[in-house]
Amino acid sequence: MKIVLNGEARDVAATDLAGLLTECGFSGRVATSLNEEFVPAGLRAAQTLTDGDRVEVVAPMQGG
Amino acid sequence: MGKSFYGVELPNPLMLGTAQYPSPAILEEAFRASGAGVATVSLRREGAGGAGQTFWQMIADLDVLVLPNTAGCHTVKEAVTTAHMAREVFDTKWIKLELIGHTDSLQPDVFQLVEAARILSEDGFEVFPYTTEDLIVGERLLEAGCEVLMPWGAPIGSGRGLNNTYALRAMRAEFPDVPLVVDAGIGLPSHAAAAMELGFDAVLLNTAVAKAGDPVAMAKGMMAAVEAGQMGFEADPIEARDMAEASTPVIGKAFLS
Repeated sequence: MKIVLNGEARDVAATDLAGLLTECGFSGRVATSLNEEFVPAGLRAAQTLTDGDRVEVVAPMQGG
Repeated sequence: MGKSFYGVELPNPLMLGTAQYPSPAILEEAFRASGAGVATVSLRREGAGGAGQTFWQMIADLDVLVLPNTAGCHTVKEAVTTAHMAREVFDTKWIKLELIGHTDSLQPDVFQLVEAARILSEDGFEVFPYTTEDLIVGERLLEAGCEVLMPWGAPIGSGRGLNNTYALRAMRAEFPDVPLVVDAGIGLPSHAAAAMELGFDAVLLNTAVAKAGDPVAMAKGMMAAVEAGQMGFEADPIEARDMAEASTPVIGKAFLS
């Protein structure tokens, strides 16, 4: 399936958001959005992916 | 005694940003040496190497209060979504709400700010709005559920100090019971002290420390400044006057001429 992950086109095997995080090696404190909508951690496994989805995975960073 | 920030009393009046330091070690030392009690942080795309996790561990080890921001957001939707992500990642209801309206000055878009503040407050967030010194906007933010106001001193990163002390003083007078924080624009310890002398409850700064030649020394200087300014305000300072008034008693002066 072709998705856009953090702005980059990717071809992935995962069919849900939780699986995508595992496949792409994300762990620890991250938050996710799908097509610009927040997806809480508890709903990632139930969140299926479809072709063309835009996924954002963010983590703590320096800020002012 | 300081005012409560959503039920939390700050250990001291210095909120320090975590961006732009020469190295993580210097960032860490700036916090430890100054004793700043609040760290602002943000969310950015996580890389494959998990840089965010390393950063988070360092912040967690500092044992400070964490205030995530919505820096860089230009729309209500973007800011609200970012706030939700921050609440989950940082496990806090606190959010420094930034809604940028102008590219060059990074001036807050106060119209969207009020709207986003209302949405987030209704959703249980404890909003720290980065705003202008406008009194009516301040009122609207309080009506929207904010219990803290954070007017700018000057544009972010400009180091200009307090551009409008008249308006900041008016804000203090208008909202005597609301915790007020000067957020952004501080360049020197004297700016931070001046904010506290106006009766503000805290100062939030980042660039002035992070980009100083010696960030650790500047962080300590900023802490000394906010504490000095706070003590000055609480000590009920004298009014300025135009002409001299002798401090040494005239009575009893020896006749020598």
